[in-house]
Amino acid sequence: MLSYIIRRFLLMIVTLFGMSVLIFLLLRLMPGNVADILFDAGGYIDPAERAQIEAELGLDQPIVVQYVNWIGSLLRGDLGYSYITERPAIEEIAPRIPVTAQLALWALVFSVVFGVPLGVISAVRQNTALDYVLRLISLSGLSMPSFWLALLIIMFTVQYFGYIPIYTATPQSVWESLAMYAIPAAAVGFRSSALIMRLTRSSMLEVLRQDYIRTARSKGASENAVNYHHALRNAVLPVVTIIGIEAAFLIGGLIVTETVFNIPGVARFLVESILWRDYPIVQNLVMFIAVVVVVVNFVVDMLYAVLDPRIKYSD
Amino acid sequence: MSYAGPQAQAVDHGAELARAGAHVQGWGGSVLYQARRHPLGALGLLIVAAFVLVALFAPFIATHDPLATNAASSLARPGGEHLLGADFMGRDMWSRIIYGARISLIVGIASTLLGCLLGVAVGLISGFWGGWVDLVTQRVNDVLQALPLLVLALVMAAALGPSLQNVIIAISIPVIPNVARVIRSNTLALREMPFVEAARAQGMSELRIAVLHVLPNTLAPVIVLATAQLGSAILTEASLSFLGLGIPEPYPSWGRMLSESAAEYVRTAPWLVIFPGLAISLVIFGTNLLGDAIRDILDPRERS
Repeated sequence: MLSYIIRRFLLMIVTLFGMSVLIFLLLRLMPGNVADILFDAGGYIDPAERAQIEAELGLDQPIVVQYVNWIGSLLRGDLGYSYITERPAIEEIAPRIPVTAQLALWALVFSVVFGVPLGVISAVRQNTALDYVLRLISLSGLSMPSFWLALLIIMFTVQYFGYIPIYTATPQSVWESLAMYAIPAAAVGFRSSALIMRLTRSSMLEVLRQDYIRTARSKGASENAVNYHHALRNAVLPVVTIIGIEAAFLIGGLIVTETVFNIPGVARFLVESILWRDYPIVQNLVMFIAVVVVVVNFVVDMLYAVLDPRIKYSD
Repeated sequence: MSYAGPQAQAVDHGAELARAGAHVQGWGGSVLYQARRHPLGALGLLIVAAFVLVALFAPFIATHDPLATNAASSLARPGGEHLLGADFMGRDMWSRIIYGARISLIVGIASTLLGCLLGVAVGLISGFWGGWVDLVTQRVNDVLQALPLLVLALVMAAALGPSLQNVIIAISIPVIPNVARVIRSNTLALREMPFVEAARAQGMSELRIAVLHVLPNTLAPVIVLATAQLGSAILTEASLSFLGLGIPEPYPSWGRMLSESAAEYVRTAPWLVIFPGLAISLVIFGTNLLGDAIRDILDPRERS
């Protein structure tokens, strides 16, 4: 087990290193650097002034030097300066993290609370009308882009209540904060709950086909005991791993939802920085997202081993 | 020796399928047969086919030029001259959605095909040759898979610049590791099969074995994966365009139609929000239904 953890941890480091190289190279591929963008507005580019700005930002150095500089300062906890606001990147990114984290958390809660029970019901009532309806709902959930769902929700909320809780940086109470996050979280979470529902259903069906379930039935256990005592425990385990996939899945939804609802989180900030070609922000943000996804998956793997005593990582 | 190759493979392939419980018969008859067994899949096929037809015959179905602006019909309500209304610039929504199907399907299908093609090549090389090639490609796959699809596509699209073909490339990259991973594990299993050993014993080159014997046997999972990826490719294009990093003007893209109308017209002109989103959802819904049915048909493990 220990050797497995160590190997898995080293692989994680290798992945993150590869990621940093990939991100760095991709950003250097971008047509036009920030100097172009800053001067675009003026219409005229003074070559001397441009060269000075590039030197100031370190853009004139060889690419390997730029990379080593970045990683070096990243490891020291220095994320550089935003090209646009000229404030330290960490000061731009850090306050936005809790916003996205809260939204993601509510979305995850929403998707688990709806996804798991509905998936179980769907599996237990396999091939009934209820199962078909639930499957149809989950498939439509997977088919609807979150940004469209978000727009529809805004449209109907405004239509029928004449009002929608707007994001404020300083919610006065827990309830206000919940109301503020609930609608965007539902918009992101609906898609995720559809995914969880689908996977829970197939996991549950898989378990219900096992021999020990037949044994439980034949020894006279009630249908409820079989479904919810014997089967559910084993069916829910693989669903835990989904939360790892979910982390990556949620971020996609968060990017568009934060944009629609005008929520100043990291996900929307990523899009803004990409549009502005604000390299320090983009490369650190993408790196941050990668770290979150990789670490979540690592933790889920470990958690899985703890939760399921049958799993032994020997090699 | 080469004449025995393809034949040996064909026999083995059919036997494999039959052993797995597949119906080894002609495609024409089996489509109808499968459509009866998977009514939802048939519905998906119909939806996708309808969108393909709409895209192909867009000029005949559209009532207006999708790019023609007309101040007089700015924000016209649905009905009357404009079936689904018109946007702020007076462009006909029905025609824009019809032409939008072209963009959506071209990007979806092209990026899926490109991603699958590259993924199959990478997976086959990685699984068949093994060694350090395998090690390196697997680490690259890890890296590509560690980033959420949309984030990777966003950065790729921004790095490559906005154009139709760059959006296709940007969306195809995240597909590669998913396909490569499945093909690799399939190849690893197939590499040890007796028919591969037989081909090797006959003195066939490794390249021929990989392409003629191993590759055809990985086709079923590729088809399953491709249909599963198609929907997400279409969704990614819509999201990219919605965020302003997708298909540039003047092509009518469903995603961008939504971002143009999003903020201002949610209250005043709901048809600008409802119809493009409906088109995106419907086409993805169709590919999802179709993908599920194809997986049920081709993947023996999923059959109950």
